[in-house]
Amino acid sequence: MHEWALAEAVISAASQIAEKEGLKSVREVKIKVGELQRVEIDVFEFALSQLKTDIFKNAQFTVETVRAEMKCRVCGFHWSFSEDRLSGDSVEAIHFVPETAHAYIKCPVCGSPDFEFLSGRGIWLESLVGVK
Amino acid sequence: MLDPRVSIIGERLKNVNRVIAVSSGKGGVGKSLVASTLALMLADEKFKVGLFDLDFTSPSTHIILGVKEIKPVEEKGIIPVQVHGLKYMSIVAYSREEALPLRGADVSNALIELFAVTKWDCLDFLVLDMPPGITDATLDLVKFVKKIEFLIVTTPSPIAFETVKKFSRLLADLDIPVLGVVENMKMKDSLVKRQVSALGLSFLGEIPFDPKVEECLGDVNALLATGFSKKLAEAISGVLT
Repeated sequence: MHEWALAEAVISAASQIAEKEGLKSVREVKIKVGELQRVEIDVFEFALSQLKTDIFKNAQFTVETVRAEMKCRVCGFHWSFSEDRLSGDSVEAIHFVPETAHAYIKCPVCGSPDFEFLSGRGIWLESLVGVK
Repeated sequence: MLDPRVSIIGERLKNVNRVIAVSSGKGGVGKSLVASTLALMLADEKFKVGLFDLDFTSPSTHIILGVKEIKPVEEKGIIPVQVHGLKYMSIVAYSREEALPLRGADVSNALIELFAVTKWDCLDFLVLDMPPGITDATLDLVKFVKKIEFLIVTTPSPIAFETVKKFSRLLADLDIPVLGVVENMKMKDSLVKRQVSALGLSFLGEIPFDPKVEECLGDVNALLATGFSKKLAEAISGVLT
């Protein structure tokens, strides 16, 4: 239920924004989740529905998963994240702390673990719409 | 776009009374040993204590504590494991025996992630084993953990102490509290005590080089019985207890 902790973070951040902007109610919250986070969207959305406070009573939460793309810092190769060659334990580790991908994933061309995430890591509040 | 994880960090630590970052300018001064022993001693005094290994690329507290396997429980977040009366968390739970090569931005991301999802619950002390030097982890913690206090470890070597000067100046500029400086692995007279005072910091104490410590790694009862631990207890007496 790592999803629950992330949902708490989203509600906390969205509440802070709503308060700062002087919103009486929030209509829509758009969230982007990196693929590396391996968030189970159903669980995440359920957690959001359970955690939301009065100001989000009529709010629609939209969650979009962003594909994880990597680029090797050594040879420049671009590739997409795939769980296919990873063990279950490695996938679970990346789920909890996506940076541990550097321990389990290597550049498919040169074998270096020195790569960057071009996309698909983390969680972001994309936008929030409300009524003042 | 906003990263929501940072807004929950304060909430995660709201029931933690004090956050003590055990830090150093240089590596190899015994920082992880001080952090681990400090946490064990506080737990022995019946305080509720957490130990969080933040040296992501070179974690070592699990070796000092003799922890073979770390399996945090997932329950609406991550619940630290219980070891030797401590709540304990290390990235080794996820990186295991593998090398974890991280650049600065990766360190920041991993740190924010772990602080955002780890549920420490009520603690008297959360002891942080910091990576050496003024790194992303230091800057992030100062930014996100408002109640942080630093305990600085050095050796008598001018090489180690030179970085302590810079580190302590930075913390002073940022208005971050420093509990004081512990001089570890002392073998002969040194100028550290005088130099610490000149920096306006508290000199907490000196710990002579103790060759028996190496034999005690992984055996916390033996570790707590060493001269190292006794001297560390004297150093922190009145500061933390």
